[in-house]
Amino acid sequence: MRAKFGAKLLAVVLAAGLSAACTSSDSGDEDQPAQPGGKVELSFWSWAPNIDKTVDAWNAANPDIHVTLSKQAGGGDIVTKLLTSAKAGNPPDLAQVEYQALPTLVSNDVLADIAKDAEPAKAKFAEGVWQQVTLGTESVYAIPQDSGPMMLYYRADLFDKFGLTVPKTWDEFAQTARTVRQKDPKKYLTTFSANDPGWFTGLAQQAGAAWWGINGESWKVSVNDAATKKVADYWGALVNEGVIDGKPMYTPAWNKALNDGTLIAWPSAIWAPGVLEGNAPATKGKWAMAPMPQWAAGENKTGSWGGSSTGVTAASKNKAAAVKFATWMNTDPAATDLLIKESAIYPAARDAQASPLLQAPPAFFAQQKDFYTEAKAIADTAVGFTWGPNVNVAYDTYKDAFGKAITGKTPFSGAVDTMQSATVADMQKNGFTVTS
Amino acid sequence: MTTLTSSVPARSDLDPGTPRRREPTRTAWLPTAVLLIGAFYCLLPVAWVVAASTKSGSSLFTTFTFAPGGDLLDNLSDLSTYGDGIYWRWLANSLLYAGVGGAISALVSGLSGYTLAKFRFPGRDAIFNVLLAGVLVPGVTLAIPQYLLLAKVGLTDTYWSVLLPSIISPFGIYLARIYAAAAVPDTVLEAARTDGAGELRIFGRVALPMMLPGLVTVFLFQFVAIWNNFLLPFVMISSDGRFPVTVGLFTLLNQGQTVPALYSVVIIGVLVSILPLIALFLLLQRYWRLDLVSGAVKG
Repeated sequence: MRAKFGAKLLAVVLAAGLSAACTSSDSGDEDQPAQPGGKVELSFWSWAPNIDKTVDAWNAANPDIHVTLSKQAGGGDIVTKLLTSAKAGNPPDLAQVEYQALPTLVSNDVLADIAKDAEPAKAKFAEGVWQQVTLGTESVYAIPQDSGPMMLYYRADLFDKFGLTVPKTWDEFAQTARTVRQKDPKKYLTTFSANDPGWFTGLAQQAGAAWWGINGESWKVSVNDAATKKVADYWGALVNEGVIDGKPMYTPAWNKALNDGTLIAWPSAIWAPGVLEGNAPATKGKWAMAPMPQWAAGENKTGSWGGSSTGVTAASKNKAAAVKFATWMNTDPAATDLLIKESAIYPAARDAQASPLLQAPPAFFAQQKDFYTEAKAIADTAVGFTWGPNVNVAYDTYKDAFGKAITGKTPFSGAVDTMQSATVADMQKNGFTVTS
Repeated sequence: MTTLTSSVPARSDLDPGTPRRREPTRTAWLPTAVLLIGAFYCLLPVAWVVAASTKSGSSLFTTFTFAPGGDLLDNLSDLSTYGDGIYWRWLANSLLYAGVGGAISALVSGLSGYTLAKFRFPGRDAIFNVLLAGVLVPGVTLAIPQYLLLAKVGLTDTYWSVLLPSIISPFGIYLARIYAAAAVPDTVLEAARTDGAGELRIFGRVALPMMLPGLVTVFLFQFVAIWNNFLLPFVMISSDGRFPVTVGLFTLLNQGQTVPALYSVVIIGVLVSILPLIALFLLLQRYWRLDLVSGAVKG
């Protein structure tokens, strides 16, 4: 009797499992040849706020290519999810990817090479931006969406109060930092964050750093090149001297310091007004934006911090349609205007940067009438940069090594060396040929 | 997200009203102090969430940490309107995952525990030992293998992908077995068999009611575990319409560096997401007390 009951139960469980497997094993998208009149379904992962408005506009205008949006967590998390889902064989057709994550996804065969379909889009972007999606090769792995040229934000009211001029070079910047400490020991010009590797990378780019390079079949890695060490030691000296704060950004304490005027400048990127508005609303109208200080007087360069692109996955069955959507979203004026208005992004496409919507300054900078004219000029001076296949390792090491350097008061260039050795070791472990 | 998992309502189970023996009224200072510190430690974050949820984005970082603000209603309406009210959908998803998952898990645990306790069959001890080992494995470590398995049968990004893995709980089965062994007398089962009842009927009509307090405990454990689970749904679900509240709030906090995190929306969201748990504890508290006492008193 009892044995029978057990057997019955087992049979029921097995049957249930099998039927579940049978009914659902074909739930993946059928291969839909782009036949006329056939409807194509695309899935799209993104974290940009209100990007659904742009997707809705596409769906309204293109009934035959329907895009389903799924909002995800941003930055590194979406990369992890893409890697996992690609392994499992069910990634989305399209995904928003930060530039520095592209090589990681490419070397794991997550993204498709869309050079053929993306050809018409190439002319719409500045060369430095386009280089970020080609990785310096003949292939194209994504369509650029937004860019993050860096610039200097400062509290105009406090600069006036202390009689400071906007620093044009990094030497002047250091002098200004010292003056601020003399005028008001409670305030700092800015802070050096050991928590934001992307920020530091932008600063290093401006000085001419080249961390990765592709050399035929091998990678060249030089995170500790002379330019990077120069930038690191410059900041290290100021932090050690006590004229630049050493606390991380993007913390509640940092928000408070921006709000109450403890920090009076922030080398950041084009999207900073949105962050300031969200985190330091009390300072509305008191900020102004200027080009980054330069390493040599008369130079005109900047780095990039942030920015993302739209990639098409290798597993997608409708690559041509996916590229069509990605190109439209990032270059068509109707779409880029929606992105500017609803998602508050700074478009990477050249024409979009001259959009009528970008004539008026951001509300938080209402008094700086030429904000976007200036920004466009700065954006054109952003230097290109080739990212490597393990930016995440370099970045994690940055946080660790620079954190230790700040607390231990050791030279920052030592932290850069630590980044180099960790990055190279990880690449070799994963089977890349590395020449440093 | 919440610190409730360890805070069983602190009410004395023993009735202090009628002491059998006159005790010297002496306060044990040290244990009391330790307990008070413990309570303070557990409640401080909750107090912070309550205070912070009444502040606007700007006063959040500028006013005293525990000073309440006056923006609670504004924050609530922000939360409701965010993404066309998707927060409420996340909350409903969480209730579905935790409620249905916890209930099925309690039932399966009850069946398995009862079977392990009351039947002798070959391999019983082996199964039980494997289960014991399973108790020691953190569920988090299984998330990725489970994802790959479910991807094979095409079940990822469905409600099933979160429900199925949460049905089997080794700890729940273990608890149910102990409970069945203690609360269901063999003689009652023998009597029922003599009367000619089938095994399923005996379980449903005789054993299940006797095991109910234990199963409520299992349900509560599972409910809280699923409610607070982050990694499994984070890995399994890619459509934001199916996110539970944990993953949903995480996506609000983590929107990349270029977008300010929606602190005030997240904080009020966290506060609202604790409420169902508190309600559940208050509702099921009597079962717990009954359960904790009955184990010791029933011979």
